[in-house]
Amino acid sequence: MRTKKSIFFKIITERIPEFLLGISGSLTSLIILLIIVFLFREGFGLFSNPSVEKGYVLCVHASNPVEKLNPDQIKQLFDSEITDWKTVDGDDLPVMLFRFDEIFSLYSDEELGENYSLLPQKLGEVIAENPNIIAFLPEQYVPRTAEWVKILPSEQIRVADFFTGKDWLPTATPSSLYGVLPLIAGTLLVSIFAILIALPLGLGAAVYLSELANERTRKILKPMTELLAGIPSVVYGFFGLAVLAPLIQKTLNLPTGETAFTGSVILAVMALPTIITIAEDAMRNTPRAMREASLALGGTQWQTIYKVVIPYASSGITAAAVLGTGRAIGETMAVLMVTGNAAVIPHSLFEPVRTIPAAIAAELGEAPAGGAHYQSLFLLGCILFVITMLVSVSAEIISKQKYKEAV
Amino acid sequence: MNKKTSQTTAFWIFRLLGIIVVGILCWILGFIIFNGMGVINWEFLTTAPTEGMTAGGIFPAIVGTLCLVAGSIVFAFPCGVMSAIYMNEYAGNGWIVKFIRIMTNNLSSIPSVVFGLFGMALFVNTLGFGDSILAGSLTLGLLVLPLIIRTTEEALKAIPDAYRTGSFSLGASKLQTIRRVVLPVAFPNIITGLILSIGRVSGETAPILFTVAAYFLPRLPGSIFDQVMALPYHLYVIATSGTDIEASRPIAYGTALVLIVIVLSMNILASIMRRYFGRKVKTN
Amino acid sequence: MIETQNINFYYGDFQALKNISMKMDANTVTAFIGPSGCGKSTFLRLFNRMNDLIENTRLTGTCLLNKENIYHKSIQVDELRKKVGMVFQKPNPFPKSVFENVAYGLRVNNMGNKSYIAQRVEESLKAAALWDEVKDKLKKSAFELSGGQQQRLCIARALAVSPSVLLMDEPASALDPISTSKIEELIHLLKQKYTIVIVTHNMQQAARVSDKTGFFMLGELIEFNDTKKIFLNPEKEQTQNYITGRFG
Repeated sequence: MRTKKSIFFKIITERIPEFLLGISGSLTSLIILLIIVFLFREGFGLFSNPSVEKGYVLCVHASNPVEKLNPDQIKQLFDSEITDWKTVDGDDLPVMLFRFDEIFSLYSDEELGENYSLLPQKLGEVIAENPNIIAFLPEQYVPRTAEWVKILPSEQIRVADFFTGKDWLPTATPSSLYGVLPLIAGTLLVSIFAILIALPLGLGAAVYLSELANERTRKILKPMTELLAGIPSVVYGFFGLAVLAPLIQKTLNLPTGETAFTGSVILAVMALPTIITIAEDAMRNTPRAMREASLALGGTQWQTIYKVVIPYASSGITAAAVLGTGRAIGETMAVLMVTGNAAVIPHSLFEPVRTIPAAIAAELGEAPAGGAHYQSLFLLGCILFVITMLVSVSAEIISKQKYKEAV
Repeated sequence: MNKKTSQTTAFWIFRLLGIIVVGILCWILGFIIFNGMGVINWEFLTTAPTEGMTAGGIFPAIVGTLCLVAGSIVFAFPCGVMSAIYMNEYAGNGWIVKFIRIMTNNLSSIPSVVFGLFGMALFVNTLGFGDSILAGSLTLGLLVLPLIIRTTEEALKAIPDAYRTGSFSLGASKLQTIRRVVLPVAFPNIITGLILSIGRVSGETAPILFTVAAYFLPRLPGSIFDQVMALPYHLYVIATSGTDIEASRPIAYGTALVLIVIVLSMNILASIMRRYFGRKVKTN
Repeated sequence: MIETQNINFYYGDFQALKNISMKMDANTVTAFIGPSGCGKSTFLRLFNRMNDLIENTRLTGTCLLNKENIYHKSIQVDELRKKVGMVFQKPNPFPKSVFENVAYGLRVNNMGNKSYIAQRVEESLKAAALWDEVKDKLKKSAFELSGGQQQRLCIARALAVSPSVLLMDEPASALDPISTSKIEELIHLLKQKYTIVIVTHNMQQAARVSDKTGFFMLGELIEFNDTKKIFLNPEKEQTQNYITGRFG
């Protein structure tokens, strides 16, 4: 006997909560979607930016045959690394750099007129007088009508330059360089070396915990390794800064202790709990029957471990290594604090480096929202996001690859 | 080498590696505790930093961290628990749940600095919250959501189906069963997840760098739209970019110790609770 | 061959075996029967010291193999286990190839070079009546074999290290009737070279394959005699009750 009222009541008490629960259920997927949208929208905005700083242009003398310059050439010109127009396919003339400020040392404020109304005209004169000039000027004062002025077309930042550029100089003027290679090199160097340290240590400890330690020792040690995972990364960074960096500097006699190696050591410690927990679980999951079969054939405990337990747990162990790497690649604060933060392609382990997450954390505070630098950091975020997704998915696939169970 | 000696050698190596891992933990903890103990006193915990953060206490940072913990939990806890209930009790075992589970997994593997970027783009800039407790809490909330979902799901899974069928057979609806039977039994383990999340939130730095954290702000926040100092960020600042890094070292040790005590006591509490209540559910 | 004197065995406070003394001769098949939990498997696992792996256990009494106390300090457990092979209840091949499964014992015990191992693998597989079925798939994973084949593979694996005793812990309980009868035929063949001790809950099987039978109940050896005698004319009433199916 159902009345209308009871159906209505049921809708209120059952259907609506169920609907709300469903929405919460999809929350994580929604967040990932939002992260992708925001990260990639901001990040790929970078490529619609002009390669010369926004609001500025580069001008040359109209007789100069150079039609365009790429960001790298601009940087070298203004760093006086290129001193001759010939190098960039121009005439055989020395380069004369002209920055906007210099106009104020050539002309007094009166000569530039009220509200600088005569400024563009004077700039035009300067350019006309010097056939070898390159001038970096704000757009609003560019002498557009002057005869001998050629405005170089502004290119957009190119995708290829971003991914193959060897210089990360996001605050350089007039043309910032967004080459991600030094950051990728730094990230890979630090995290690969971290895993090289962490794997033997972590797997060894996992073997000890799962195969050798008795139940009581295990009950004490297992939570202790989990405590390692609980320590905040900023504390690891502080420890690295206060203890490890001076130690490494002294023992290896380096100019600074804040090196890629220091970062690797700290990251290794941070990746340990992940590796130990997953590898230990995998080893303990080896069926008792397998161990007994090996022992019953006269194998020693150690032979049983390396011939039966480790091969059986190999997929779990691989997953542990992959997840540990993932954790190392994404780790921010500790690396930021101990690697010295030099955005150059490293030549050895004992030099300062800058990793992708550290670059984001260190630079986002200074980058004006919406600008090219800001967007480039979001693009770094995209790279990080894609890498960690790949890591997490491959770990998932690897750990599912178990041996076919006996029929 | 015969098989006995190779076993003995191998086992000694493994024991040594185990000891090294424990040694590292003790070294780090010992270092912080040993150096931090002398700094901590009542004044240190209850006053604001003074003299360019080389003297005084860390009170505003403690308050700030508490605000962020509270804010993120208020947001993430209900969402996470509801999400877990949906996945475990309603969604069955189809591709939807598999998909959601993979997504939750993926969310937990995203580096915290990416959450920081996302929080800045969405909460600070797009929604216009500015650098505020609100923006920071939401960002941190997203970060711990997967943890809450996973622990809650485990808590729900541990409940025998007999409880549910028993309740259904008495004519209870699904929601009534969840509310009156499932949740009360799972409650202690859900709370364990909550405690773990509190520990995690209080230690995170990267997500709050650009969403809330203030370099130096001696007054306490007045609303959720204020910036605050936070313990982990404060430690980062005085360790790397304070006005006088050498002079503020003792403060850094003290801050690190307070931070570690908060985070680790949450972890230890959670692990004790898990052991205690885990056994209780099983023997029922 | 095997002799036990006053064996008592404890799991913590629980006494699993009570004062058991018995003798097993070479080249015979001895079967242990009894209701589940009676201690027959525990007793079997004493002979290759598999019970050592369980924490918190205690043993009193002596257990002799060829007049040698296998629980003496000077005994190397892995050497003992090489002499006393074991086949388990469920087939438990390693996640390796058929060949590597049989070669495993030879490899871990450093027994012989490549050609010797290949020869032993073939001999063992032949002895386990499996050679004809697997000679073309030695490189394939052992998991691709059927359950019965896997169990015979496990027997071949045990035979490869040339043991003198073969312990079988309900070797056919997880198999279908055809595979079971193949295993039983195999036991008949192996008897000529090995001393076999088999635990089974299947009384017909005990009657078919064994020369002597021991009946266990609640940790005690109730009766131990020729199989024919046990099944046709048992001395004890409990044995009579069990084999006629009145309990268990």
